[in-house]
Amino acid sequence: MLKRRIIPCLDIDQGRVVKGVNFKGIREVGDHIELAKRYENEGADELVFLDISATVERRKTRTQLVNRVAKELSIPFTVGGGIATVNEAKEVIDNGADKVGVNSAAVRNPLLVTQIAERLGAQCVVLSLDIAETNSGYRLAVKGGRELTNIDALEFIANAESLGAGELLLTSIGKDGTRSGFDIKLLREAGVRTKLPIIASGGAGVIEHFTEVYQQTKVTAALAASIFHNQEISINQLKESCKRQDIPVRSL
Amino acid sequence: MIGIIDYGAGNVRSIELAFERLGYSTLRTANKGLLATCDHLIFPGVGHAKSAKENLEKSGVLPFLKEATQPVLGICLGMQLMCQSTEEGEVEGLGIFETQVKRFREVERIPHMGWNSVSFNGSPLFKGMKPESDFYFVHAYYAEESPNTIAKSVYPNPFTAALAKSNFYGVQFHPERSGKAGQQLLQNFLAL
Repeated sequence: MLKRRIIPCLDIDQGRVVKGVNFKGIREVGDHIELAKRYENEGADELVFLDISATVERRKTRTQLVNRVAKELSIPFTVGGGIATVNEAKEVIDNGADKVGVNSAAVRNPLLVTQIAERLGAQCVVLSLDIAETNSGYRLAVKGGRELTNIDALEFIANAESLGAGELLLTSIGKDGTRSGFDIKLLREAGVRTKLPIIASGGAGVIEHFTEVYQQTKVTAALAASIFHNQEISINQLKESCKRQDIPVRSL
Repeated sequence: MIGIIDYGAGNVRSIELAFERLGYSTLRTANKGLLATCDHLIFPGVGHAKSAKENLEKSGVLPFLKEATQPVLGICLGMQLMCQSTEEGEVEGLGIFETQVKRFREVERIPHMGWNSVSFNGSPLFKGMKPESDFYFVHAYYAEESPNTIAKSVYPNPFTAALAKSNFYGVQFHPERSGKAGQQLLQNFLAL
């Protein structure tokens, strides 16, 4: 039976793990390799690395990051953050990442998703969308959630598979950093519009938020950062809770 | 030496690194002379069957691969290309395994992505593993069950998770990214 996945997310700035609250007020939490290994040993099913450094050296530091992580980990990982061209995506995959996350550049130019899928395969394209609920429905945001667009998020999601995406990572901007639970309403709406696997992101605060999102929506994975980094929730505990509620999770 | 068939497949680096973690070095090449000297061969593959097959034909290793006498392990699309045919791009396979590759239909989510339990028979490839071990899968096409099937998984119907025929082996999942179980499988392959 296919298991529901638990995915810690590591935001990286020049080789260090940081975590923003509501995408602002960034706080440093430690060495990414050390943290990644800890998560693998605790039973994380996959990891996401989001490179948020905005330096000219970005490409070089990202390649170094991918190389080091690929050497250490024996579970799958995605690398995202500022990937704007097919060549950058290829660089990430060639250096050992399993998937590449595309966000702002793909929202501005959806053809990027198609081009990466044609070159590297749809299975490695994670379309990562930051979504805000507005008076005119769900809309996409870019630049790490700071800039709202006029693009209808649910329409974009419905079109994602034909663009060439292999998976969706959906972050609710309203929920991110609030620790008040995943955006069940958004994730349900998204789930009926696509057959792609969905990773829920934004809002995890306690173990019950994970069991809730697995039980009430069709997401196949849930992602969180700070609650894992701060060791408020252990992945092991989380999996035990899932098992008690008959949610299928991977045992080590 | 472990030879990795080089025809432009995308997941080669993670396979090289998986063997490196186990303490083995690998040789990534499309040179038939060099591949012939290897004790074990890995046939990787991700992406679309059609472009993979075209690249494989261009690399010139196709006739060699079919006639290989050392243990060969096809991974993911590599395994699928070792079957008779695949619906993906209507591509003809190498015809090593006596089965066809079909697209998942009537499934809730596609691709089948994530960790799924694998039930296996007594194949040496799964030696020493606990029953129903989880492996990492990413695929939208699957091989139908056949006499060569040595392991199965369910999504939501049973499908082939691994195949074997004489010196040829194939796995639908990614052992290079399947944690301890994956490492054990690669180790078992090297013991063949």
